[in-house]
This record gives sequence, structure tokens and C-alpha cells, in this order.
Amino acid sequence: MSEGHSTYTPKTGLGRWFDARMPLPRLVYDSFVAYPVPRNLNYAWTFGGILSIMLVAQMVTGIVLAMHYTSDANLAFGSVEKIMRDVNSGWLLRYMHANGASFFFIAVYIHIFRGLYYGSYKAPRELLWILGCIIYLLMMATGFMGYVLPWGQMSFWGATVITGFFTAIPLVGDWIQQLLLGGFAVDNPTLNRFFALHYLLPFMIAGVVVLHIWALHVVGQSNPTGIEVKSKTDTVAFTPYATIKDAFGMIVFLFFFAYFVFYLPNYLGHPDNYTVANPLKTPAHIVPEWYFLPFYAILRAITFNIGPINSKLGGVLCLFGAIIMLFLVPWLDTSKVRSAVYRPWYKLFFWLFVADAVLLGWLGSQPAEGSYVFMAQMATLFYFFFFLVALPVLGLIETPRRLPNSITEAVLEKNKGGSGHPAAAAAAPQTKG
Amino acid sequence: MSATDIHDPNRRDFLYVATGMAAVVGAGAVAWPFIDQMRPDASTLALASVEVDVSSLAPGSSLIVKWRGKPVVVRNRTEKEMKDGEAVNLSDLKDPIARNANLPSDAPATDANRTTPGKEAWMVMVQVCTHLGCIPLGQEGDFGGWFCPCHGSQYDTAGRIRKGPAPENMAIPVFKFVSDTKILIG
Amino acid sequence: MIPKSGDRFSRTNGTVCPEIMLEQKDRAVENLRGFGMKKILTSLALLGLVAIGTGAAGTSAFAAEEAHNAAAPTHFPINEPKEMSWSFTGPFGTYDKAQLQRGLKVYKEVCSACHSMNLVAFRTLSDLGYSDAQIKTLSAEYTIHDGPNDAGDMFDRPGKPSDHFPAPFANEEAAAASNGGAAPPDMSLLAKARGVERGFPQFVFDIFTQYDAGGPDYIHSLLTGYDQTPPAGMVIPEGTHYNPYFISAVSLKMPKPLSDGQVTYDDGSPQTVDQYARDVAAFLTWAAEPHMEDRKKMGFRVLVFLLLFGALVYLTKRKVWEGVAH
Repeated sequence: MSEGHSTYTPKTGLGRWFDARMPLPRLVYDSFVAYPVPRNLNYAWTFGGILSIMLVAQMVTGIVLAMHYTSDANLAFGSVEKIMRDVNSGWLLRYMHANGASFFFIAVYIHIFRGLYYGSYKAPRELLWILGCIIYLLMMATGFMGYVLPWGQMSFWGATVITGFFTAIPLVGDWIQQLLLGGFAVDNPTLNRFFALHYLLPFMIAGVVVLHIWALHVVGQSNPTGIEVKSKTDTVAFTPYATIKDAFGMIVFLFFFAYFVFYLPNYLGHPDNYTVANPLKTPAHIVPEWYFLPFYAILRAITFNIGPINSKLGGVLCLFGAIIMLFLVPWLDTSKVRSAVYRPWYKLFFWLFVADAVLLGWLGSQPAEGSYVFMAQMATLFYFFFFLVALPVLGLIETPRRLPNSITEAVLEKNKGGSGHPAAAAAAPQTKG
Repeated sequence: MSATDIHDPNRRDFLYVATGMAAVVGAGAVAWPFIDQMRPDASTLALASVEVDVSSLAPGSSLIVKWRGKPVVVRNRTEKEMKDGEAVNLSDLKDPIARNANLPSDAPATDANRTTPGKEAWMVMVQVCTHLGCIPLGQEGDFGGWFCPCHGSQYDTAGRIRKGPAPENMAIPVFKFVSDTKILIG
Repeated sequence: MIPKSGDRFSRTNGTVCPEIMLEQKDRAVENLRGFGMKKILTSLALLGLVAIGTGAAGTSAFAAEEAHNAAAPTHFPINEPKEMSWSFTGPFGTYDKAQLQRGLKVYKEVCSACHSMNLVAFRTLSDLGYSDAQIKTLSAEYTIHDGPNDAGDMFDRPGKPSDHFPAPFANEEAAAASNGGAAPPDMSLLAKARGVERGFPQFVFDIFTQYDAGGPDYIHSLLTGYDQTPPAGMVIPEGTHYNPYFISAVSLKMPKPLSDGQVTYDDGSPQTVDQYARDVAAFLTWAAEPHMEDRKKMGFRVLVFLLLFGALVYLTKRKVWEGVAH
């Protein structure tokens, strides 16, 4: 799509002078104004924009919080409380940052599930998808390290448990854990390096986001039908069409975000993190932030040894395996049709998978005992079944529904049935660019 | 929406302008907390006053306390220092304004205006050079007052600038004697 | 999390294309729509069934287990905290200053003998309606260990408004040694550091009711939960006190701290354990979240702004897209 020639023509003398030397305005114009997007994108496609503003919001609030935060094990907790009590607007900035992390993950999960539903990962968008997976991994690392910084009980014990994953690695495990911690347990050196990395990683995320958008602009957006753009009538210009739709999506999202920041700022957190870290006392049961709960449930589901692999290593392998599955999706899915809209069986399994992920999340928050363990094992089984069996097999045996010939045809067919704007439909596609 | 809306540019323009204005208002409101957080916080403002016990200060000696992160000198001046200060003609001063936070901002820089009535022996002054913020040394230089080693500014016994690059007399903070031996600064 | 977002999708999608409704019978048309309303509803129903089913299975299993073990419970607290009505809950909640002043009195006369409140400065008591002069007098009642002075010695001086509440013990070890091995927790954040898990589906409803009184409810229940007879056969460890509302065991080291008439109120409020417990819980909520009133006030303005701004952007969006089928 972007191989089309640039339509930017500078109108002023200064514009031409600039364009000849550094065509930044041309890049912006081609990427965010004239860039053609499928006309049939629904609101699920606004989450890319929403994620961009969440990243910016997290970076801005984070930089400002770092002006008041002290990354010393004796002072960190107090410095956060000073932000909450004494710094002007400090409570607002900190609650925005803490809840912003949660809403960043809410948005990224919707974004990922949208990709899975509409087959957005399929050729030629494999690299786009993998860059997205890398962003997700970096987000997890950033979120985890950020949660350690207030130095509450959950910060401390969460860090202890998660760095404990590495001790499962045979032979070098303990050495790696000590390398990560800078000691034999989570302590001041750990806090300092986590702060440094927590500050660094968002900039790396921003870098990968640039690559993600670059890759996107090479292959173009997917769309609800999964049919590639074939002609100019299939698309509209990014500005104003997608811009204004994204803006509306963002405001709706920010409304929910503000509701939590102002009315339920601690709802997504854990009370134990308002108790200062105590290396000698573990909380009754340790739970990670909600966005890690499905993986946490998978980790704890492996309670048995598998041949030479003991249950600890098995759990860690399953946890990382669960994330690796996402990277492999473009090759695990054998279907010729992209969108679940035309794949009745895949659609069923997709929603079962969503339910499974939610169930795993809930199980992750419950104590690992009684029937919960068995449920977690079944849910883990289905998680891997979805990727390793359902995705490849369904593509081979499923009979897809009839596909329309083009996006335009799909749109026209839809509006014929409804009470759309039949007259304008065919006549007024791509009004700009 | 009806077909006529499409051909009514005024209505559309109004909508666009209103939306744009709302966006600007929103952006402004969001920006404020980020600026607000840079201002001194509540705990810093709470430390804005200090009480100093000066009972041990004999004439010719001084002590320095930290007030708002800056050194404030409290000096019990000798007779000679006071006389030197009073003898100065206002027209010889580089800065004729008292720079005393307890007086109106246009008060002349007489020796009396640099101190507090009834306690003319006592200099209470922010000991920070008005040039670029160094700490001048006490009882040095050509005028027996303060001398800034950074760029050579010289102050007299009432802390008034007499020579060198500094533009103003050293500042007198808000202070009062709560008793004969206690000063409240700030 | 995920089903909710799906739900939101369907709603926003519905508002974008209000013309498209469920009476649509044409299958081909329905297939073309990315987010079929019906599909989403069925999926959500399915999802809900799975969640409720597993939840019910789980809880009933545990209920059965616990019935056998009333004397040796494995899950705490034994009783859920009682939900009280507070002036500060809800979107327009504000602190009751008279109540906070009474709570401060209870803290000063009872709790502060063992519990520190390190993060709270005297100056912030202006939130409770005290004047600067009153705060000065109040802080001067306390002795602050300060120093070193010019001679290098530590010294005691009366408190100033900029000081924080002094701790009753020099350090945590001393606090633990004087209290049977368990250091009394600092109270500055207690109202946010305690909260009994609400469980499914209550935690979903809490979003809509804005339930944010888990801490004060717990504190009130704990303080009024003493003097009950433990079930027959229950073993109460030596030196601890049975309280079915305690969050992590059958009993705790703290003996019943409050009794009727212990603290004298000047404003005619009842001098009962229940009233003391409410007042001190409200006071601790303020201590943990002093900016709550500002937060809720600002929140209302922000949400109203976003609603209006959202409506404008939505109308603009309709104008921009009108004439373009999508």
C-alpha cells in the first residue's frame, strides 16, 4: 500500500525548502494524513491509537514521578507516600501511572485478541505480529519492575517469586538469579537496577512501536473481512476518517480510565502493597498484578514431574511456552481465510479461548489448593490445545463461509440490508488522497 | 441526520470549532498537574520558618542557620561596624534600595533600614551573593563586611554592595525578635 | 476484563450504527459484520456460564470442607467484615470532620500507646478542621527527639506543626519486644493496607457501586469483634485473643483495645465501642488517603468533561463519515 507514490506537495516556500532538505513533513503527511486505511475498520481497530496514547501517558507520568521517587530500599516506600501526600497533584500522577499500567494492559489484550479474531497475523503481517509480541514482552518486564518500585510487601515478594523462576534452570539457575538480584535475595541492589531498567524499557518499547508502525504501513491494515485492499474504493484517507474515529475510541477508553483513577484507584492493586516490604514475612498468599494472572495460573498448574523435568522447571517452561505460542501463531494457523467472521468453528474456539484465558486469570488469583488446581490444569491444557491443535487442524478441516469479492462489496452488501446510505456508498469512497 | 445537513457548512464549522476548543481546554487541564508537581511540596513549605536562639552571640560574633535551603547569617555587630554602616552616604551606594522584606520595597538602604528598630546591632541576612549565588565570606574585603570569592563582589558591614559585579544588596528575610534572645526567620 | 471489553465493543459499535439492529435476518449480512451483536451476546453468555459454573463448583466444594472444620478453619477471616455506611464513600463522598476529630481523639488516647503513625504530619490536621493555632498547641503536646545540636548531642524538644506523629517505640524490635513478639503495625496506611478479598461475583459489582471502604469496614469489624465465644474445640494459642474478623488467623495478639466510656467525647456522640470503632476507622481512612475529597471532586469534573467532549467528537465523527459507507 505504501509503495504508492507520495502525494505530498508543499504549499509554501518554507515547506519546499524543508522538503528538499529533510522531508519530515512529507513523512508525517504520507503516514498520518494521506495513508489509506480500509473503510470498514470497526472500533476494535482504534486500540492501536489508544495504546499509543497510553504509552505516552505512562512515560510522561513516569518521568514526573521519577523526579520525586527515591530508589533506596530504606526510602522508596516513604518517597512514594510523600508523592501521595505532599507533592502537588502527586496523588493524581501516581494513581494515573499505577492505573495506567493496568489500562495499558487492558488495551493490549483487546488489541491482541482482535488480531487473533480477525487473523491479522497471517501473511504478509507475520513480522508485524512478532514485533507486537516483543512489545508485549517488554511491557510485561516493565510492568513487573515498576510494581517492585513502591517497595511494598507485594513488590518485594512478587520480585522474589518471579526472579525465582530462573532458579528452575538446571546448573546455572542460581547463578542467574544472583546476577539478576545483585545479591542472595531481593534487596537494595535489586531495587536500584529495577528502577534503572524500568526507566529504560519504555523507550525501548517506543522504539519497537516505531518498527511496528513501520511494518504496518508497509503491509497496510487488515480489516474485519480479512480481504486485502484491492482498489482505491476499498480505502479512505487516514485523516480525517481514521483520526476522528480513533479520537472517539480514545475518549471512551479514557472515560473508563478516569473512572478508575478517580473513584477506584486501588481496586486493581493489592492492599498488601501499602505495607512496607518485610524480607522476613511473606504475605498470606502472593498474587501478581492482574495482567499476569493467567500465566501465574499456568505456572502453578504444573504440580507433577514430567520425566526428568521436575514440577518447578515444568511450570516455568509452561509459562514461557504460553508466551512463545503467541510468537508462533502465524505459522500454527493453517487456514487460508483470515477472519473468524467466515470461520464458524474457529470463531467458537476463539471465544472458548477467551473464556479459558479469563478463567485462568481468575484461578491465578485464587489460592492453589483443592479443586482450583485441577481446574487450572484443565484450563492450561486447553490453552495449549488451542494453539497446538485447534489452530492448525481447524484450518485444514473447516469449510469457510462464502467470502465477498472485495471490501467495497462487503460494505455495500451490509448496507443494502440495513438502512445505510446506499446512494453515497459507491460514489464517495476515498475522498482525499 | 438529514440530507440538508451535508449542505449546511455553518453547522459543520461550528461543530468542528467547538470540538477543537474542547480539545484545547482538555489538553490545558491535563498539562496543569505536570507543571503543578514541580512547585515546592507541602513538606517543603512547612519548613519555611526557623527559630534561632541568639543568646550566646556576643558582639562581633555571628552564626549561620539554614533557612529554605540557604544560609542566613545572624551577626551581632560591633560598635565600629555599626558606626561604619551609619557613616555611609546613600549616594555612594551602588544599590540604594534596602532590600529588606520587612519594609516597603522602595525603602532606602540606610543602615537602620537594613536592621530592625531597637535591634540595630543585629544583621539578619541571606548570605548569598546577589551576583550568581555564591556564599560570601564574612568580615573580609575593603569595607569590613562581606567578600565574595567567586567574582570579587564586596559588601559593607550592613551587607550593602559596594564594589564588584553583584547588582543588589544582600537580601534581608522576613524575621522578628520573638524575645530578646530568639529570632523567628520566615 | 476481556468479556467486559468485548461488551463495550458491542455497545460502542451499536451506537455507531444504530440503524443496524438485531431484527436483521439476512445471514450473509450478519456474517459480514465484524461484531455481530448476537454472536457477542451468545459468547458472553457462554463465558459467564463457564465462570459461574467453575466459581460455584469451587465455592461449594470449600463450603463443604469448612462445615466439617468449624473448629479449625483454614480460610480467614472467619466472618466477612460488616459493611457500614460511611460519609466518604460514593462519588460525592466527603469526610465528616467532627467524626475525624473524634477518631483522632481515640487514636491519641488509646491506639497511639502502641501504634505509630509515621507518615502523618501535624500540619495536615488542618484537614480535620483545626486552626493553625490549635495545631501548634496540639503538636507542642508531643516531645520530638531531635538533633544533633552544636555540641553533637541529641535532645528533646516540643513538637512543631511540620513534625510527624512520634512513634511510641524507638524501633520495630523494641515494639515487638514490648508486645509479645508482634510489632503493632504502623497506622498511617492501615485503612488501605487491609481489605478482605470480596470474591466473585462481588468484585464485579464493586466496580459499579464504587466500593472503597474495605479498609474501614475491616477495622470497624475487628474492633467490635472481640468478646465472642470461639466454636467448641477451637484451639486459641496462648497470649492471643479470639476474633472471627481477624484477617489472617483465628486470634490475634492485640487484646480488646476499646471499652464503653473509655474516651470522653465533647460533642455528645455516644461513648460506645461501636462509635469509637467507626470514628477511628474514619480517621484512619483520612490518614491513609488525605486527598480523597479532592480526588472525587476532580473526578466528577473530569468525567463530565469527557462525556461532553466525547459527544462532540462523536458528532464530528458522524459528520466526517456521513456519505461514506463503512
